[in-house]
Amino acid sequence: MNLPEFLDMGHYAPYVWGSYGVVAAFMLVEVILLVGKRRSLVKSIARMTRLNRSDR
Amino acid sequence: MNFFTKAFWLQFSSPKTFYPVAGKLIPVFMTVTIVLTFIGLYYGFVLAPPDYQQGDSYRIMFIHVPAAWMSMWIYIVMCIFAIIGMVWRTRLSDMMAGALAPTGAMFAFLALWTGALWGKPTWGTYWVWDARLTSELILLFLYFGFIALRAAIDDPQRAARASALLACVGVINVPIIYFSVKWWNTLHQGASVGLTQKATMADSMLTAMMVMSFAFWAYTFAVAFMRVRNEILEREKNSAWVAETFSQKEGGSK
Repeated sequence: MNLPEFLDMGHYAPYVWGSYGVVAAFMLVEVILLVGKRRSLVKSIARMTRLNRSDR
Repeated sequence: MNFFTKAFWLQFSSPKTFYPVAGKLIPVFMTVTIVLTFIGLYYGFVLAPPDYQQGDSYRIMFIHVPAAWMSMWIYIVMCIFAIIGMVWRTRLSDMMAGALAPTGAMFAFLALWTGALWGKPTWGTYWVWDARLTSELILLFLYFGFIALRAAIDDPQRAARASALLACVGVINVPIIYFSVKWWNTLHQGASVGLTQKATMADSMLTAMMVMSFAFWAYTFAVAFMRVRNEILEREKNSAWVAETFSQKEGGSK
């Protein structure tokens, strides 16, 4: 099977790739959002710890 | 370390102890997810032949069925955590329930989305109000309700109790989804895979579907642990152990 034939999915391309594309996008975005949330949390905690230390 | 004592298991119910454990497990589950996804897609797109009736459109099954299974399974696990949290008042159980809900909602939506795109070429319609589809839609709304209720109540303990109650009432919907294809005359087909009968599909198709299911399962563990770690940091950012962890690493990756 060649590549154009594979991508055509027996004329079902919009349905098959529409499914796989959206599933992949959701799963990737979920991970990216969680990593981003973690980064901002870590940043604010690091800032807070530094502030607390300079108080003493 | 004695694995058979209550104390050994109980220590993991403390967010402080669980936080580093979950951190170590995330890369493991992420690696498993990626490896299994590649294996599953190889079986699904290379080894599995086109269906004699549906052509290549049936390949949607390799993500549709795992997404639908996970949406139901996550709800049950979420409910169990919610009950544990309600009975023993363990904060971590409630946090786990909360961490699972968005991923469960995502899989419920993806099951409906992929189902619509599979329904169009095979049934001629994206949507019908059939028992299986409708009950899965209700599952999505139950997830939304659970998430919204937790977000609406400020006091974490009250939010936990109220949402746990909602989760327990809603769990009745899961067997309804599962058995809907038997109990009602549905456009949705019956199960091709079950514990009581032999699977009615080619081995390569079955392998692709099962491997993808395990991939989604590992993915769920990874993102739920990521979310619960964020939740722990948020709730305990003023505690000594968090400050200690981050002053050592100085904003590092730990």
